Amino acid sequence: MAFLVDMLVHATPLMIAGLAVAIAFRAGIWNIGADGQFIAGATAAAWIGVSASTSIGWLALPLALLAGAIAGGIWAAIAAWLRSRFGVLEVISTIMLNFIATYGASYLVRGPLQEPTHVFPQTSSIVDGAHMPLLIAGTRLHWGFVLALLLAIVAWWVMKYSASGFRIRASGMSPFAARSAGLINVPRVTSGAFIVSGAIAGIAGAIEVCGVTFALYENISPGYGYTAIAVALLAGLNPLGVIGTGILFGALETAASTMQRSAGIPATTASVIEAIVILAVIGIAQFRSRRSVSAT
Amino acid sequence: MTSGTEAFLEGVVRTATPLALAALGETVTERSGIINIGLEGSIIAGALGSVIGAAHGGVWAGFALGAICGLAVAAIFALFAVVLRADQIITGTAVTLLALGGTGTLYRFIYGSAGAALSTPTLNTTAIPFLSRIPIVGSALFAQPSITYILYCLIPIVSWWIYRTHAGLALRAMGENPAAAIAAGVRGKRVQFSAVLFGGALGGVSGATLVLAQAGTFVEGMSAGRGFIAIAIVVLGRWNPIGAVFAALIFGAASALQFYFQAIGTDLPYQLFLAFPYVLTLVALAATRGRISAPAALGRQDLEVE
Repeated sequence: MAFLVDMLVHATPLMIAGLAVAIAFRAGIWNIGADGQFIAGATAAAWIGVSASTSIGWLALPLALLAGAIAGGIWAAIAAWLRSRFGVLEVISTIMLNFIATYGASYLVRGPLQEPTHVFPQTSSIVDGAHMPLLIAGTRLHWGFVLALLLAIVAWWVMKYSASGFRIRASGMSPFAARSAGLINVPRVTSGAFIVSGAIAGIAGAIEVCGVTFALYENISPGYGYTAIAVALLAGLNPLGVIGTGILFGALETAASTMQRSAGIPATTASVIEAIVILAVIGIAQFRSRRSVSAT
Repeated sequence: MTSGTEAFLEGVVRTATPLALAALGETVTERSGIINIGLEGSIIAGALGSVIGAAHGGVWAGFALGAICGLAVAAIFALFAVVLRADQIITGTAVTLLALGGTGTLYRFIYGSAGAALSTPTLNTTAIPFLSRIPIVGSALFAQPSITYILYCLIPIVSWWIYRTHAGLALRAMGENPAAAIAAGVRGKRVQFSAVLFGGALGGVSGATLVLAQAGTFVEGMSAGRGFIAIAIVVLGRWNPIGAVFAALIFGAASALQFYFQAIGTDLPYQLFLAFPYVLTLVALAATRGRISAPAALGRQDLEVE
């Protein structure tokens, strides 16, 4: 039971960040920056969470989540703007922004946002109104998990049935065809998808602060943004599939941290497994497509 | 004051050396039309390899094992990206993840969780007679660990090889127009595979330099994004070996600034200096307006090179 709860708690940020990556990759945007967008979202949510007046009550929670989405969106927008205006490869820019976000959060929790006693590198605890309610009383499982499921279903519907979803998929599959046959403004669609992707990763960070940590720490993300790439790819970039792969990787990370404590197996082993999963997925896909080409 | 400037310039060259080594290798890789985002993985693998090699056979065994480890990581990338023509960005990201996690795991496996109890031999500074006495720049350029002098030798050799040999022409042709190159008899996959391996080996040497000429030990994740910065340096250097080295010096200066400011004492938060090279990468990439002079077929896994 404890393992199941831990698994779902771990799965929540992975599912949401996985959705963020899946949407960007579908648009042909290599957003490797979900980690930085996650940190930006967590920072904004913590800032709202500690500075909100207790008189606004539970309104602090939606405000914190909204702040997280905006901050994640802005962090992605920097890379989107560098890409559309200057042609900067988003792979490089998002990785640079991950480092900048890490150092930025490190500065804030040791500087302006540090808890009042100035002993620990963290913020004070967020107000009670910003806490994500628990899904099962007495456990750590919070409503953020349900929110992740809802986000996945909405993302799936939008990508599959809406006009914007079609534009995103078309731009990602063949920018040239999308422009000439579909009259789609490809740069605008891909930049939009990039920013939405960042906003979703920002929500993941905000939910982590409001549901699990209740404060901003250094290293708030143990590389969730990178795990999210494996989550999204293993799901075939399908938002509904992300639910399953997110839970799978949640189980993997939970098992890895348990093994580190009990058997001394380093938690870094989890990222080795993630990498092997990514390579296996793309390897098998390439192998199949080559075989089908040579068969025709 | 003079000694302060000299110390700063010496720091610039020292921090630029691993970046220049990695960027020089990646320049060759990208000239063949392949962008290896997994360079970061080669650097961290080279760092761990150098610790193991140096512990058993001295400093130069460390560099050799570092190069081999960097090459091995690049071989995994090449298997997927060159042979199977999988997406280069995804493959590179996965390879980086694999190497960062794998080195962390191996390091703890070999040296235990305490880790640091190692006595890794390191490379001393070797001053070149006469040249190192040139005012201001002398000690910066010619009182460095010998790996820096190896870099000085590599720059003209790689330049000459890219621009003046048949093999170099085949390499550049693969980056610009693979179909034409193959029609002319170039063995496309072999050229790209070798270019990736060369880049990986230099990435490994770069990681070994971090350990054997700078830190003196291995730390998990100590590559700290240098592979990605090196890729930005390749862009800044306009895919030219000499350009890459000058661009690496700019980044060396950005990193050395933090030591300089620490020395003179300042109230600015130290995270600002740590973040500075990454911010500079973004600004520099924007300023060069992206991919104008990039090899035309760079990153195009959809082009067949059979």
